[in-house]
Amino acid sequence: MNQQIVNKQDRKRVVVIGNGMVGHRFIENLVDANDANQYEIVTFSEEPRLAYDRVQLSSYFTGSTAEDLSLTSEANYTANNVNYTLSDKVVSIDRTAKTYCTEKGLTESYDVLVLATGSFPFVPPIPGNDQQHCHVYRTIDDLDAITASAQDSKTGVVVGGGLLGLEAANALKELQLDTHIVEFAPRLMAVQLDEGGGNLLRRKIERLGLTIHTEKATENIQPGENHRYRMNFADGSHLETDMIVFSAGIRPQDELAKQCDLTMGERGGIVVDNQCKTSDPNIYAVGECALWEGRIYGLVAPGYQMAKVAAAQIAGHQDEFTGADMSTKLKLLGVDVASIGDAHGQTEGCQSFIYQDDLNQIYKRLIISKSGKKLLGVVLVGETENYGPLLQIMLNGIKLPNKPESLILPDSDGSGGGIGVEALPDAAQICSCYDVSKGQIGSAVENGCMNLGDIKTATEASTGCGGCAALVKQVVDNKLASLGIEVNNDICEHFAYSRQELADIIRVKEVKTFSDLLTSHGKGFGCEICKPAVGSILASYWNEHILKSDHLPLQDTNDVFLANMQKDGTYSVIPRIPGGEITPEKLIVIGEVAKEFSLYTKITGGQRIDLFGAQMHELPLIWKKLIDAGFETGHAYGKALRTVKSCVGSTWCRFGVQDSVGEAIRIEERYRGLRSPHKLKMAVSGCTRECAEAQSKDVGIIATEKGWNLFVCGNGGMRPRHADLFATDIDTATLIRYIDRFLMFYVRTADRLQRTSVWLENLDGGLEYLKQVIIEDSLGICGELEAEMTSLVDTYECEWKATIEDEQKLKRFNHFINADNKDSNVIFVSERDQKRPATKDERSKLEGVAN
Amino acid sequence: MVNKTWFDICAEQDLTLDSGVCALFDDEQVAIFKCSGDEDLFAISNFDPIGEANVLSRGIVGSIGEKRVVSSPLFKQHFCLKTGECLEEADMNLKTYDIRSHQGTIQLSHKAVG
Ligand code: SRM
Ligand SMILES: Cc1cc2nc3c(=O)[nH]c(=O)nc-3n(C[C@H](O)[C@H](O)[C@H](O)COP(=O)(O)OP(=O)(O)OC[C@H]3O[C@@H](n4cnc5c(N)ncnc54)[C@H](O)[C@@H]3O)c2cc1C
Ligand code: SF4
Ligand code: FES
Repeated sequence: MNQQIVNKQDRKRVVVIGNGMVGHRFIENLVDANDANQYEIVTFSEEPRLAYDRVQLSSYFTGSTAEDLSLTSEANYTANNVNYTLSDKVVSIDRTAKTYCTEKGLTESYDVLVLATGSFPFVPPIPGNDQQHCHVYRTIDDLDAITASAQDSKTGVVVGGGLLGLEAANALKELQLDTHIVEFAPRLMAVQLDEGGGNLLRRKIERLGLTIHTEKATENIQPGENHRYRMNFADGSHLETDMIVFSAGIRPQDELAKQCDLTMGERGGIVVDNQCKTSDPNIYAVGECALWEGRIYGLVAPGYQMAKVAAAQIAGHQDEFTGADMSTKLKLLGVDVASIGDAHGQTEGCQSFIYQDDLNQIYKRLIISKSGKKLLGVVLVGETENYGPLLQIMLNGIKLPNKPESLILPDSDGSGGGIGVEALPDAAQICSCYDVSKGQIGSAVENGCMNLGDIKTATEASTGCGGCAALVKQVVDNKLASLGIEVNNDICEHFAYSRQELADIIRVKEVKTFSDLLTSHGKGFGCEICKPAVGSILASYWNEHILKSDHLPLQDTNDVFLANMQKDGTYSVIPRIPGGEITPEKLIVIGEVAKEFSLYTKITGGQRIDLFGAQMHELPLIWKKLIDAGFETGHAYGKALRTVKSCVGSTWCRFGVQDSVGEAIRIEERYRGLRSPHKLKMAVSGCTRECAEAQSKDVGIIATEKGWNLFVCGNGGMRPRHADLFATDIDTATLIRYIDRFLMFYVRTADRLQRTSVWLENLDGGLEYLKQVIIEDSLGICGELEAEMTSLVDTYECEWKATIEDEQKLKRFNHFINADNKDSNVIFVSERDQKRPATKDERSKLEGVAN
Repeated sequence: MVNKTWFDICAEQDLTLDSGVCALFDDEQVAIFKCSGDEDLFAISNFDPIGEANVLSRGIVGSIGEKRVVSSPLFKQHFCLKTGECLEEADMNLKTYDIRSHQGTIQLSHKAVG
């Protein structure tokens, strides 16, 4: 490729003033577009640190550190050639000379300026507002100051009952202060909530022990008698407090723009056009300092959109800022609150539905158009579950259902209420912080993202305010389902329980059949989701033959016919070959059987041999021969132990330090047949060279000079994960004990179709907790777990052996119940000297000949 | 009215509750299901038009809302046991058959046309 090289002097100097959330995002976008190194990027921050997540600022009080909050690092900026200056403020701009000066006396030139100066908290001009224990709530330094004041305060007041005010109040409460909120308006969150919503919010917050004073205008702050200060209100009343946090709104930080005469809004704000350009074509403004069509956006998502537009513009691409939606969903002081669109019902002719539940403290209002077809606004307090779908209905102008009220009424029939995500167009914006559409999430899933974590990494959806998380999950699940991929969810419409809960019920109440469980805990007739899940749990605990007639209808066809169904309805046969070790005699038998039944033969990725293309009626005949030769089922069809892979180990290998083959065989024979939430794979390597790839298995064992190292929770597959080291240098008895406990604990607590890796990632306390449970027996259940495993090991029988010995069970293997014919639709052709299913084309040709 | 002709298939006791078998009827493959609940016998074509294989008798039966369904063992689409409609793909309809248990014998008959 012809790399474009730009001389340092020729590079455009892009200077970003302010390194807050939006300034930083702009830099990220420009760095991405800067592969030819055409720009020199420079940024100034008045704060002593690079950008951090202001949205999550309050988590600073609950344990997050400045480092946790930071959005980047000095190393990262350096690596990307971003030149930064901290703790210095740009104080003037000379637009004709194209230079700027900083407080510390730097004067430099620019080609393009980007103002990302954000906003500052508005402090009402009240005499006495500038005393030592009066604060604002915007930066990490502010929070440090508030914490310091709180140390010798008992009471705290927040001035302002808006969104940020309530966050500040929560912080004071966390700091153990007797907390008051003083609000000028008659209710809380007056911008986002209507009267009903505001009133309920107030009641909820009061119940938490905060005191709320509405319709209070503070006249002055004087020394108090019992506390440090006394706030005197216009109505003659007063309130004493030790500290005050002002949170009465924000004002755009537009001093600089004013100083250099850019066009400003009447009440402040730097006027920008759709390209985020100010009145000077070389100066852009983005984020909370920018005024677009008379509006300042006090949220991060619109700022991010502006950053994207400005960066594109500078890099010579077309993009436009066309406004942003200000809907919000928050948890304030533990109360769920959401507001969408025209929450106050100000649209001409609009109509409302209101749902109010005093018992459960829920308030919901739906504001719809005059015609009744469009959703205009929503207020939700106390329950915000449907926020995502409602927002999408509003944003996409989706036609309302016939009974719009169903969107806010409690979900009595379990149908889920609202609209499904499938109704949304691909263009629908799901994550507004990162402007991610339904279509983008869908393609990420198609490209292999299977869960929220992957989606976050691939698309950034849900990594901003997090408000879209539930919706993103629905889109992912919906997409996975449409691709026919099994979604790792809790159970289904027939049971309102997760797999783990069902497992507990089955174990504790000793439920032995699906129909008993359905009668006592479910409804309807079950389905292909709950039946196999319950079948697997029953098998994990009671280990009865899965083709007992009570259990048979629960199994996937693979389990019913003890073989894996292939695309044409035929089956594959995989006998167990423990540890991958096989005698020549047995190899010959496999060859003979394959030849006799004309089966396609392949070595699998799991160190054994797969025979494909068996018709249903042939399965028992094939297995009879295999079992007579000493084979047993390989459980390739079940959610069960698959293989224990081994390397050749100390017996032959010059490096091996333990008998890895012997150990693999012992382990495979111990856990064969174990039914589990998902399939299990294991491996044993004879030394650290790791030829058996044990670290990519659910259970991996690597020989050491002194014994074994045990690894757990790895896998290959769609989302590979290296296993974690769990115990070192343990002897064989300890090894088996730990694996017994580990496997039974997984069986007890994992979700349906959750591999050990995902299970561990979702386990509260993670690996450390798992070690406590398994190694230190912190729950006191290890005895039980071991006993359960022993009973399973003792009751193991080969399912195929039991099947071919039972006339009744064999009946099932006829294609027709009333004829001996074969399925005439199964057609094979030959390739590389073996058979394979005919393709559609080949099939129609062959049928053409036959007819 | 013409009398309906019924063909014997198998003994009712040969069926396992809540699962299916495949019957050869008039040169057609018919999936027969015996289910729990009041209306218990169903007969639909055994050919899965999406997976293009004769496998529906080997699917798991159950319900989706009010509908009794079988889920294809290949790609899990649901087919209504009563009407033959596919719940996921509207244009995939299965042929259905009349079925009854007569003196302990399962019998099939073609649906009356019209
Ligand atoms: C036969 C085999 C491929 C081969 O020709 O080598 C195979 C074939 C199938 N694999 Fe596999 N996998 C086979 C080794 C693997 C491996 C390699 C290994 O085990 O070392 C992996 C990655 C390792 C891992 O799982 O951690 C693997 C990851 C998968 C996955 C993804 C699992 C995941 O957690 O992401 C699936 C899908 C699933 O289980 O939901 C899958 C599912 C399947 C299914 C069951 C798909 C299906 O429903 O038809 C295939 C059926 C096999 C059959 O009809 O007999 N197969 N599969 C291998 C059988 C090994 C064996 O002896 O039992
Ligand atoms: C407590 C809190 C909670 C919030 N919660 C949410 C929420 O849940 N959802 C949401 O969408 N938004 C929320 N916000 C708002 C969100 O943080 C802002 O919208 C966002 O930070 C705006 O980014 P910005 O880059 O425009 O401004 P800022 O992040 O404020 O960055 C501007 C930076 O520029 C610096 N600066 C200013 N002038 C100069 C100068 N002349 N020279 C050098 N540096 C300068 C400032 O010191 C500052 O560091 C919250 C804000 C706060 C304070
Ligand atoms: S891991 Fe590799 S080096 Fe070690 S014993 Fe096995 S085959 Fe030999
Ligand atoms: S909407 Fe904020 S993270 Fe997605």
